[in-house]
Amino acid sequence: MTEVLPADGVFGLSWLLVAVPAISAVVLLVGGRRTDRWGHLLGTAAPAFAFVLGVVLFVALLGRGEQERRVGQQLWTWFEVGGLRADFGLLLDPLSALFVLLITGVGSLIHVYSIGYMAHDARRRRFFGYLNLFIAAMLMLVLADNYLALFLGWEGVGLASYLLIGFWQHKNSAAVAAKKAFVVNRVGDMGMVLAIMLMFATFGSVTFEGVAAGIEDASGATQTALGLLLLLGACGKSAQVPLQSWLLDAMEGPTPVSALIHAATMVTAGVYLVVRSGFVYETTEVASTAVVLVGLVTLVVGAIIGCAKDDIKKVLAGSTMSQIGYMMLAAGLGPAGYAFAIFHLITHGFFKANLFLGAGSVMHSMHDDVDMRVYGGLSRLMPVTFVTFAMGYLAIIGFPGFAGFWSKDKVIEAAFADNIWIGIATILAAGVTAFYMTRLMLMTFLGDKRWKSDVHPHESPATMTIPLVVLAVASVLGGVLILGGWIGHFLEPSVGPEEHHDLPIPVLALTAIVTLTVAVGVFIAWRTYGTKEVPVTAPRGSVLTRAARADLYGDALNEAVLMRPGQWTTRWLVWFDNRGLDGGVNGLAALIGGTSGQVRRAQTGYVRSYALAMLGGALLVVVSLLAVTLA
Amino acid sequence: MFLTIVVLLPVLVAVVLLASPRLPGPVASWAWVGASAVDLTLIAWMWWRFDAGPAIDFDVKIRWIPTVDASYHVGVDGLSLPLLAMTGVLFLACAIWSLREQDRPRTYAALFLFLQTACLGTFAALDLILFFVFFDLTIVGMYFVIAGWGHGNARRSALKFFLYTFVGSLALLVGFIALFLGGERRTFDMVALAADPPLADSPLAGGLTLLAIGIGLAVKTPLFPFHTWLPDAHTDAPAAGSAILAGVLLKLGTYGFVRIAMPILPQAWQQWAMVIVIVGVISVVWGALVALAQTDVKRMIAYTSVNHMGYVLLGLGAAGLVADADGQARTVATVGALFQMVSHGLLTGALFLLTGVLWSRGRSYAFADWGGLARPAPVFAACLGVAAFGSLGLPGLSAFVAEFQIFTGALQGAPIATIVAVSGILVTAGLFLLALQRLLTGELQTPSALTAEPMRDMNGRELISVVPLLAMSLLLGLAPRWLLDVLEPAAVAVVELVSR
Repeated sequence: MTEVLPADGVFGLSWLLVAVPAISAVVLLVGGRRTDRWGHLLGTAAPAFAFVLGVVLFVALLGRGEQERRVGQQLWTWFEVGGLRADFGLLLDPLSALFVLLITGVGSLIHVYSIGYMAHDARRRRFFGYLNLFIAAMLMLVLADNYLALFLGWEGVGLASYLLIGFWQHKNSAAVAAKKAFVVNRVGDMGMVLAIMLMFATFGSVTFEGVAAGIEDASGATQTALGLLLLLGACGKSAQVPLQSWLLDAMEGPTPVSALIHAATMVTAGVYLVVRSGFVYETTEVASTAVVLVGLVTLVVGAIIGCAKDDIKKVLAGSTMSQIGYMMLAAGLGPAGYAFAIFHLITHGFFKANLFLGAGSVMHSMHDDVDMRVYGGLSRLMPVTFVTFAMGYLAIIGFPGFAGFWSKDKVIEAAFADNIWIGIATILAAGVTAFYMTRLMLMTFLGDKRWKSDVHPHESPATMTIPLVVLAVASVLGGVLILGGWIGHFLEPSVGPEEHHDLPIPVLALTAIVTLTVAVGVFIAWRTYGTKEVPVTAPRGSVLTRAARADLYGDALNEAVLMRPGQWTTRWLVWFDNRGLDGGVNGLAALIGGTSGQVRRAQTGYVRSYALAMLGGALLVVVSLLAVTLA
Repeated sequence: MFLTIVVLLPVLVAVVLLASPRLPGPVASWAWVGASAVDLTLIAWMWWRFDAGPAIDFDVKIRWIPTVDASYHVGVDGLSLPLLAMTGVLFLACAIWSLREQDRPRTYAALFLFLQTACLGTFAALDLILFFVFFDLTIVGMYFVIAGWGHGNARRSALKFFLYTFVGSLALLVGFIALFLGGERRTFDMVALAADPPLADSPLAGGLTLLAIGIGLAVKTPLFPFHTWLPDAHTDAPAAGSAILAGVLLKLGTYGFVRIAMPILPQAWQQWAMVIVIVGVISVVWGALVALAQTDVKRMIAYTSVNHMGYVLLGLGAAGLVADADGQARTVATVGALFQMVSHGLLTGALFLLTGVLWSRGRSYAFADWGGLARPAPVFAACLGVAAFGSLGLPGLSAFVAEFQIFTGALQGAPIATIVAVSGILVTAGLFLLALQRLLTGELQTPSALTAEPMRDMNGRELISVVPLLAMSLLLGLAPRWLLDVLEPAAVAVVELVSR
């Protein structure tokens, strides 16, 4: 990693990236109904401004020499007590600059889309306030120069995600899903908090620079613990096994939210964290292997779930898990995979946002019905949505030339070079991806119409279709980032030089195998869903299908392992608290009350009984005196 | 004398209020607001003048009972100033909250002003007997608030509160007398005792004294297993009473640990530090889990106080683990614990006032009676949301800064206990979000008492009393330095005293 230079010139404006969306969010949320009329315009202008500023900063970064592409800006000291110090410091380097462009670029498009999508919602202004809050927090996350400020953004996006999943608060399912997302993420947060505390205890610093400088000399146990704890945090945010269960439920939120937060940006924060913490994982074989395994398991699990769902958004959510699994796997491979992880993250940001917004466009015209079994034949009625969705589809399955082709291929190559079995698993999952996405295409846009007569599908307004077109173009052309190995080279100041790997077979042969597998997946889907009528009620399905419909029993497992025992424990504790502790106290009070009632009877008022008591007392004193003297 | 004016001003106004029976209720309520506002201004001025450092400022010492060397000795340092300020803020918030009190407003105002003097006096006292007197007066004041203006089973809860905390304070008195008898120089003066710790050469006597003082303070704090008076007292207290009880009175317990137990019994504190840490961690986990299962929002918040005070004890206990942690870590833990006291006062005070909104609208705290309030009462929902997220430790609000420092400081000396305590952040997140879900989302539901009229959102009076508390929590969460700069020198001094 190269040295961090102080922010001068245009870089002095970096703080505005976070501040402008944050101020806009405050205006929209505190301003109340007065801002209803123009709230969505301000809400869209804020990320658009951040995007323009992001482009300016990006160009300025490109204009500098490679050794000068890490720029830091210190805002203020958060707290400083007895050697524990945390700053609000920003770090603009190639890695964060790419994220800034992705977040503000895709973010701005989704804001534009939301103007149309939320047009009939009375609380649209509030929606934009929450979206702006998300943008500000996400930019804080990627621009922070230390783990604690990163954690502020990390929790901020979690809060925004909570608010937006539960945006339709009258729906109980949405409220439950929002709560679940936050609580499951809290498990990951515990890992993050412990990791940050461990950094303080070990290095006396939580800046990326400080930890990177000290990690080599730390004990092996510390290195492994740090890696695993950070991975736990990453699993929560990025919906990786074993903390994956919240993402499918999170689809309760409005579709632009699913596109922005639960596909393109927030859920990739875990990958960002692992890549940013590469210096930790490079010192610990155990933790980096764990990252690879988590990625591998999730990419398979997500793909299987995606195959069985009839809810269009849940198919895409399963797919998101799976694609992030690819990124995670690449990030776990170390310097050989960082650039490809980020490359796939960016192209995925394009095509998955495209797909989600397309799905939203479909839902918009289908009375918010998400069941693909009652879609069908929409391609003629919604041509723009269909064509742009098709671009995203070709990109995600890895059709040659499209963005996903380049980025997924690179990840598979890196996996193959690392371990042949992991490589084979990634190739098979690519085939499964092709299957479920083709299934989705066929069930939604092609075949016969299966919707009811009171539904009148129609193309969406321009505010929704223009973002779709832009994202479709990006889904087609996103691969240019890899031309001449640009992205790997560009990221070098942040993640170190790319490691070149040796493949056991020629690259072209591998590409051919992958493409062939994808073709097989497409063919199977076409045979199953393209040539036969799609039943409106889902067939019973095989054991695997039923398991996949139940999210591979992730919730059942959580319930059996965590929730049930937790409930029993709390019930027992409450019982003990009421009966044992409080009962004991009340019992003591009753005992004292009862005893004093008994003792009161001794107060008879008769002199003779008092005299008897005095005699007894005096005797007792004499006897004890004698006993003490004689003993 | 300035500090004495700050302490006594409220009770003087209270006397005037009691002495003028013809005074109309609203005038009395406004007099309360005025007195609290003036008092807070004076405290703010003290803060302005305060020279951050370990030294005691504004101190006054007047002989009181010379035979036992007890005196009227008050003063301000980095430990007490933030708590004095928080007391002033919370009492002003409660005064504004109670502007529309219909039930005997004059007496109510006088009682709270009396309580304010008792609380300020406890924080300012530098003499054990003076501390004890003020400490017990708070119990008396709170008893009348609950018994006279509470609801439900108010008399029973008030009596339970009184007896439980009063018995606790007797243990405290026994401990104080032991300190008096154990010292070289027979005195009740805290500064003198801290300078020359009593019972230094007798671990058994020191331990027993710490046990007596510890039990007395643990009842007040409250810590497991002495916490069961708390939910009853809170549930039946009026909103302003609950806010003061949780926000200020609980701090008297934790403040006693930092002010008395740690500096005056350093050896015993070191020796029993691990036990204190464990009691803290049990309170953290116990409070959180039991809160999770409550069906009544006010009881739930009451139990979260047990959880939050457990963090304070974890930090203070960790400060005594001299052999296992360096001075810096112990300072961080102590600062975190002190910060948590202020933060908890603001956030839990706000939460209890917000439950008052529910009571005033529907006479119920039961989760089962409420639902979907976000739609008719968005401002209430927003305030409750901010307070809940603050309380569950979202970065950007004050509790995170406090808890993070406590954990970081305690990790070195007590790693396993700290990891167990960190799990508390998971359970508190669960319970607060569950509460938000039950109260705010889903179908609109209000208690049957209310169905005739629509749910009203918060009014201006309620907002003016709650929003500043939340705003201060936000300020402390993002830029906590102005408080840390005051706390740190005092914490360093305490840590040095403990490590003797």
